[in-house]
Amino acid sequence: MLSNFGNLLLFINIFLSLTIIYSALRCLKISSKFIPKTIYQISTLQSTLIIICFFTLIAGFIVSDFSLTTVYQNSHSLKPLFYKISGTWGNHEGSLLLWVIILTIFSFLFLIFTKNHPKEYRIFTLVIQNILILGFLFFILFNSNPFSAISPIPKEGLGLNPILQDPALAIHPPLLYLGFVGSSIYFSAAMASLITNYSQTTFAHSIKNWVLISWCFQTLGILVGSIWAYYELGWGGFWFWDPVENASLLPWFAMTALLHSLIVFEKRGLFYFWVITLCLLTFILSVTGTFLVRSGILNSVHTFASDPTRGIYILLFLTLMIFSSIFLLFKKYKKENYDLNPNSKETFILVNNWFMMFYLITVLLGTIYPIFTDVLTGNKISIGPPFYNVVIIPVVVIFLLIMAIGPKVKWIKEKFNNLKNYLLILLGSILINFLIILLFKSYSILSNLIIISSLFLIISSLIDAFKSFKKNKTNFARIISHASFGLLVMFIGLNDIFSVEKDYNIKLGETKNFDNYSIELQNLEIEKFSNYKAVIGSLEIKNNKTNKKNILKPEIRIYENPQTLTYEAAIKTSFLKDYYLTMSNIDRSDYYNIKFQKKPLMIWIWISVIMIALGGFLRLFQNEKYN
Amino acid sequence: MKNIIKISIFIIIIFIVAVFFMGLNKDTNYNTNVLTGKKISNISLEYFDENKFYKEEDLKKNNYTLINFWAAWCAPCRKEHPLLMQLSKEKNLKLLGVNFKDKKKQAEIFLNDLGNPYDFLTKDELGKSSVKFGIYGIPESILINKDLMILKKFVGPLSTEDYDSIVEIIN
Repeated sequence: MLSNFGNLLLFINIFLSLTIIYSALRCLKISSKFIPKTIYQISTLQSTLIIICFFTLIAGFIVSDFSLTTVYQNSHSLKPLFYKISGTWGNHEGSLLLWVIILTIFSFLFLIFTKNHPKEYRIFTLVIQNILILGFLFFILFNSNPFSAISPIPKEGLGLNPILQDPALAIHPPLLYLGFVGSSIYFSAAMASLITNYSQTTFAHSIKNWVLISWCFQTLGILVGSIWAYYELGWGGFWFWDPVENASLLPWFAMTALLHSLIVFEKRGLFYFWVITLCLLTFILSVTGTFLVRSGILNSVHTFASDPTRGIYILLFLTLMIFSSIFLLFKKYKKENYDLNPNSKETFILVNNWFMMFYLITVLLGTIYPIFTDVLTGNKISIGPPFYNVVIIPVVVIFLLIMAIGPKVKWIKEKFNNLKNYLLILLGSILINFLIILLFKSYSILSNLIIISSLFLIISSLIDAFKSFKKNKTNFARIISHASFGLLVMFIGLNDIFSVEKDYNIKLGETKNFDNYSIELQNLEIEKFSNYKAVIGSLEIKNNKTNKKNILKPEIRIYENPQTLTYEAAIKTSFLKDYYLTMSNIDRSDYYNIKFQKKPLMIWIWISVIMIALGGFLRLFQNEKYN
Repeated sequence: MKNIIKISIFIIIIFIVAVFFMGLNKDTNYNTNVLTGKKISNISLEYFDENKFYKEEDLKKNNYTLINFWAAWCAPCRKEHPLLMQLSKEKNLKLLGVNFKDKKKQAEIFLNDLGNPYDFLTKDELGKSSVKFGIYGIPESILINKDLMILKKFVGPLSTEDYDSIVEIIN
């Protein structure tokens, strides 16, 4: 029943998209300055129906309708309601439907919120966005249909992959999708702008909020993904330079660059083609990321089952997108005359963009290089943290310094008579850095530089905030985001420097001592749960200085639906540090292998990222106020 | 000059797309679940004691074979061992042990203490042959039939339920 209803809705949506494209192109011939009402109406209907379509699938998951293949493959009647619902987008088919929803709703909202812009520009944006929608609807219907039926109807489902049964992962895809699928709308807008020669600075007005929205959600999406990796994967890290993580980071770099160059374009009318390129690039990178994840071309922590035919479809779609956008860009490209003074805000923002492009290219190369070696030479290699750490971290130091100075430089030309202030701030940062090192005793030149430069950014942002507060001329959005970025880098740096990691093979009743701590394996239990059995260890961590005791209970879980072995980390979070403990059976003896980590300031890393996104949201409200 | 840039951008993109396309058709079997229902092939496992190899033809002689990956250093392997001893009494089933990344001496002590359930014992010192079976943690067991079709995979130590299901399949 649900299967027929869902399929019907998909067909109607295809029909509506075609209707919108047809009637939009037809209304170009009418000389009226307004877009006819019918287009608004069809667009509203389209959004409504696709949302109903999604709720139909959710309903299928809630009532465990195993006649739907997707529900059968990814759900189980015993699963908690929350995970039944999140299971809707925790699989390939359902998440594609989420893709289309975001494409459709953004298309509708863009139509509504851009009434002050030229009709042709809006029409073409709508048409291109609907071509994207059509592409994905066809993909869903003919290759990855969430409503495909199975018969005879199975009595029980196969269950959701256990490592995906996690609250963070339930909200991770929607957030991330709002980010990178959201970037589709300024892809369409950029194409429309090229087609209709709409290169006035008002073009920036029409897309800047969309860039901000997608950037904020992308930031949060990446954060939630990291938190999940930290809690669930049991390696104790939060960023692994895993190909799929990189896939979410690539559009983020492009968005961040766009966010900044858009300011220049809006204020000074410069960099038009660069802005367009970034708009196109962001969504192209998003689709590339989807291709890399879904085609199974890369192996990673994301366990979407692979299927080459999916890959071919997305690759085809991607190729069409790339070639049409490059073709259009080349056709319309005119050389722009940049007459920039080196001491101007424009230059600093351009430098920001160079940095972003540097990060982007580094990460892109690191991500796709293994595919190249595999295809061309047959060697399976993986590029891990060492590559990224060596290439990226030293550059971050300079980046942070420029990030601190840039925002205060004036448009057109700056005289730089506040050099003395900067030197003072730098001196202060160095002093604080040495205090930290002196107190906790650890040393490496690079980590010192990282701490100093992040302090430099934090302090100058704070002074900035204080000054602008006095003048009542505030740009808190930027200050919060920049200062929080400084905090993020500083906390990551401190976390890295002062982390303690100990590896032991331990037997029941045994105690291991290190530094001021002792760990005792007090108890081992085997428990049977509804869909897994678990070996649960009880380990006592004692701080011999303060006599504080903590009991941590890591688990080894053996899931049945589907069969998987997972190691559950036990984590004790506090404001100053996290204790992180995993236990496994893999070692060359009869013992249990435990890995204990003390990770200082973990929670502050999460908080900093939330603050970065918060700055973005704040800017969004400011923009609304000015408009 | 401008045209050269344009053309080279096109060539680079075509190259990348082509590599992606070729990459799609390479098989990657890291996901073990998809292996159920598939046939195994190109099997060659070195015997534990001799410098001979256990091959596909040998597998075809058995009605059912349970391939069990184990090591002396693996605690859960000890847990499932009594069940393997039970299974070794089944007439319709042969047990093929693969000693995974282990020291020979340790493995011998293990079998002396707990008994040897295996009809055939092989070793995989580097853990490379096991990758072909899609193994990435032990213990793991694979039940195959005469046609080398994978009937069932067991990740983690065998439970009594697993035991029952194996007995049901082979009888």
